[in-house]
Amino acid sequence: MIDYKEVGLKVGLEVHRQLDTSKKLFCDCPTEAVEGGRVIEFRRYLREAQSELGRVDPAALFEAKKRKEIIYQANTGNVCLVEMDEEPPHPINREAVEVALIASLLMGATPVDEVHVMRKIVIDGSNTTGFQRTCIIAVGGSVRAGEKEIPIQTITLEEDAARIVEARRREAVYDLSRLGVPLIEISTAPVIQSPEEAVKAAKAIGDILRATGKVKRGLGTVRQDLNISISGGALMEIKGVQELDLIAKVVENEVKRQLHLLEIAEELRRRGVRESDLAFNPVDVTEVFRNTSSKVVKRKLAESAHVFALRLPGFAGFLSLEKWPGIRLGAELAAHAKAWGDVEGIFHTDELPAYGISPEEVEGVKKALECGGDDAAVLVVSDEHSAIEALRAVLERAKEAIRGVPEETRAARPDGTTTYMRPRPGAARMYPETDIPPMTITQEYIESLRRKLPPTLEETAKRLQQKYNLSRQLIQQLIDQEVNDIFEHIVEKYGVQPSVVAATLTETLTSLRREGVAVDELPTSLFDELFQLLKEGVFAKEAIRDILAWVAANRGKSVVDAVNALNVRAPSREELEKTIDELIAKNQDMLNDKKIVSRLMGDLMKVYRGRVDGAVLNKLLMERIEAARARG
Amino acid sequence: MSQLQGYAGKAKQLLEKAGVKIGDEIKVVSGKGEIRGILMARYELADPDYIVIKLKNGYNVGIRVVDGVKVEKIADAEAPAFRPPPPPAMKPDLPRVTIVSTGGTIASRVDYRTGGVRAALSASDLLSMVPELADIAQISAEILFSVYSENLTISHWRAMAEKVNNLIRSGEDGVVIAHGTDTMGYTAAALSFALQNPPIPVVLVGAQRSSDRPSSDAATNLIAAVDTAANAPFGEVVVCMHKWHSDDTIAIHRGVRVVKLHTSSRDAFKSVNAEPLAFRTKAGLVLNDSRFNKRGGDNYQFSPTFDDRAMLVKFYPGMPPETLQILREKLRIRGFILEGTGLGHVSSSFIPVARQLVEEGVFIGMTSQCKFGRVNMHVYDNGRDLMRAGITPLDDMLAETALVKLMWSLGKLGENADREAVEEIMTKNLVGEMNNRSLPTGWC
Repeated sequence: MIDYKEVGLKVGLEVHRQLDTSKKLFCDCPTEAVEGGRVIEFRRYLREAQSELGRVDPAALFEAKKRKEIIYQANTGNVCLVEMDEEPPHPINREAVEVALIASLLMGATPVDEVHVMRKIVIDGSNTTGFQRTCIIAVGGSVRAGEKEIPIQTITLEEDAARIVEARRREAVYDLSRLGVPLIEISTAPVIQSPEEAVKAAKAIGDILRATGKVKRGLGTVRQDLNISISGGALMEIKGVQELDLIAKVVENEVKRQLHLLEIAEELRRRGVRESDLAFNPVDVTEVFRNTSSKVVKRKLAESAHVFALRLPGFAGFLSLEKWPGIRLGAELAAHAKAWGDVEGIFHTDELPAYGISPEEVEGVKKALECGGDDAAVLVVSDEHSAIEALRAVLERAKEAIRGVPEETRAARPDGTTTYMRPRPGAARMYPETDIPPMTITQEYIESLRRKLPPTLEETAKRLQQKYNLSRQLIQQLIDQEVNDIFEHIVEKYGVQPSVVAATLTETLTSLRREGVAVDELPTSLFDELFQLLKEGVFAKEAIRDILAWVAANRGKSVVDAVNALNVRAPSREELEKTIDELIAKNQDMLNDKKIVSRLMGDLMKVYRGRVDGAVLNKLLMERIEAARARG
Repeated sequence: MSQLQGYAGKAKQLLEKAGVKIGDEIKVVSGKGEIRGILMARYELADPDYIVIKLKNGYNVGIRVVDGVKVEKIADAEAPAFRPPPPPAMKPDLPRVTIVSTGGTIASRVDYRTGGVRAALSASDLLSMVPELADIAQISAEILFSVYSENLTISHWRAMAEKVNNLIRSGEDGVVIAHGTDTMGYTAAALSFALQNPPIPVVLVGAQRSSDRPSSDAATNLIAAVDTAANAPFGEVVVCMHKWHSDDTIAIHRGVRVVKLHTSSRDAFKSVNAEPLAFRTKAGLVLNDSRFNKRGGDNYQFSPTFDDRAMLVKFYPGMPPETLQILREKLRIRGFILEGTGLGHVSSSFIPVARQLVEEGVFIGMTSQCKFGRVNMHVYDNGRDLMRAGITPLDDMLAETALVKLMWSLGKLGENADREAVEEIMTKNLVGEMNNRSLPTGWC
């Protein structure tokens, strides 16, 4: 067990969430996907731009070095010339600013007097302009994570980036639909001291954002970035943690990774390895592999690749050292090689012979590099340019290994580990968006918002519980699954029994989801239709589950289609009465038997299960029996 | 630039009292707390009672100046510097191209300190920003002037023509003119008439996105322009801009046929009643028309004089015909280009006025506000009557080109030129501004 206090863990959170406004942040495009627009594709190149300090930002330089061609897909249903960078941005969306201000006030933050939109250089292609527009809405405030008060540093509003569709070797394809959707970002101070606390803080922030009632829900609408450091380590920016539960794991893994790197640094120094020993002398060792039986190497050589090798003096044994699963220096070197050199990966002598590479070949490489017993060698199989770039990145990363932990921007993977993305950007990458005038936030406006702040989720839970007389547990499920708004809307609009709506939105959906049914992609309007038809008696509540499963599997079809396809349409009252009367007639001899109701009910349910509500059927049956008895 | 650019009122007083200037590190203390940062210039149109500072994280925020707000200087400004990386070395065996900068988006960059746009880039700035240029040509660059293109006049056209003429005489292989896009079409037409059949390409180039932006079209347009100037087989005045939204194809338009048809898009420039002369793609220059003046030809004519007593008048329903008379009297107009409707019409109420002006020696030429197609005043009675009144149809010439040609004709013929002489020039194709064959348009 790691004692997080002792290692000096400090975590800061950046919680991003899409706002559910009707329009995008800097144009009038809708924030939701629109069916049936025209899709056009165009190509762009981005160049590094100088920062205001006359320096090129390290993160921007990194992307510029790769100089990819970017292909953008624009669906005119929700992309206009603004997202295409063919028209200046419109003034900032006031609805989005208001939501951000409400969230700020709920966190006790202080809104700025005047909002200035900035351009933050991002040239990986995810923004057509080469920068992301962003602005500070408020500073300060706090949220409560358990017993601890977590200070908020800034609350910013920014445009969401385009979604990457495909990353090819020299090309990247992006879909512009998401570009420009308003995104709120809440940054906490780096005071979080354990993985659990990080989860609590993220949850607390998420709850406040949801209380605004104006955030999007579902996959991809929430993203957490983590800034993690430990004593003696370095500040790491970890991007794109989508699920709350993954936060703890990412923090834990990052602590382990930094501890591991610190240990290696100490060992390297103890071994007497100095940065000055690490020289950049890559050697072409293609000849060593001329008759290789390694399939990977053979295939690449056939594509006229070369094998280049680099000596890392004193590194033998450290590259594969693995105290915790998946955390190895070798993996770090490989990630840098891939990122900077655009190569598929590296081989190193700690893991060789393997992959079909023979002991003789390893010896050949060591000989060519004049490796001593403590020296490791790194190999790259690629075209010369990429191989050299990759090995240069390996060397730079190896030098940092002697110093300890380098500051990096890393990407979170679904298993909670992280991988190197790019160097950390400086503050220098920000400059004013001159196309958008500043927006003043008056004191009167703030006061008017303060007077009508929405209730917190806790307050909402209490209200719902009282109003609809449901269990606290069920209410909490509605809230945690972010369906309390739909729940209320449906109950109020269609007057369906609250427990039926709640059970559908929680238990039924959860169980369908577990079975792999894509219920999260169902549009809200479908639930409207579902409960309206239920209320009208078109089908019985027993059929809800099958109907949902059917519409999830048949995208674009309606609930009525499902009712017809599943044959669950309720019979008319006349038909029902007729069937019941016939049944009673057939069982005339039992008419005065007390068991007749349960007996006939069983027969009826065989026919009408899922089509008629059992209670309704029971009531009708009793009525008809009474009538028959009266007739004698 | 003022030390407190954009500031006014209470904010300015407070800053002056604190003895701070833009770029200084300052501390602002108010009822809400203390904020530190760099003092930024103020957006001129914004509310005056705010101070803008850049926080350590790079963000700017505005702070309202109310009673009790205090400003303190922490440190003097660090001199901002545009430090481009060293430009690449020139390759002596490549063609020689001079880039003449006249202003506009392409030749400007944002002043990162203030966010304002600053004009003028030197040759080494350009080269260090677009190092690929050094692989195409030996680049020289000079700043002729630095003017928003809407502020250009005929004297600027003349200065540009003379500059290019000097560069032709000094043996350059091509000239590139970096120009604001708003009136680049007019300048292109002006240079087309002033520098007829030039022995080298004269390439106007602009940008719709400023060159400090990673997505700027300046670099791709400039690379195409320099390549055209260095290597094109023609001696023509052309405009080099994006063909469409993509960066991969740049269109090279004939100067007399091109017009800006979009306010903001990269593909704002289109050839009208003609196809672009060439394109530049990844594969290099691709000719799209075989009719052009060959590079190195010897029928070059230099004639840089313009007279701006000509006017372009767009007709609209109900326009009072006296407009022309008043303009003539007030501005001593020597000729009008009418942008008429359809095939070349203005209201028949213009007939008496037109007849009188023509009798006075004023040239009146007819173009169409349809932009595409050719005027033909024989089709309707009114057209024939307008011609009888002395209005001259100008075929498929762009209205803007017709205006520039008229200014050039008046300048060339001098003060005492008679109307017939003007008409003779105006109805004769000189540099491809008119064409007797109308073809279906190739773009949509």
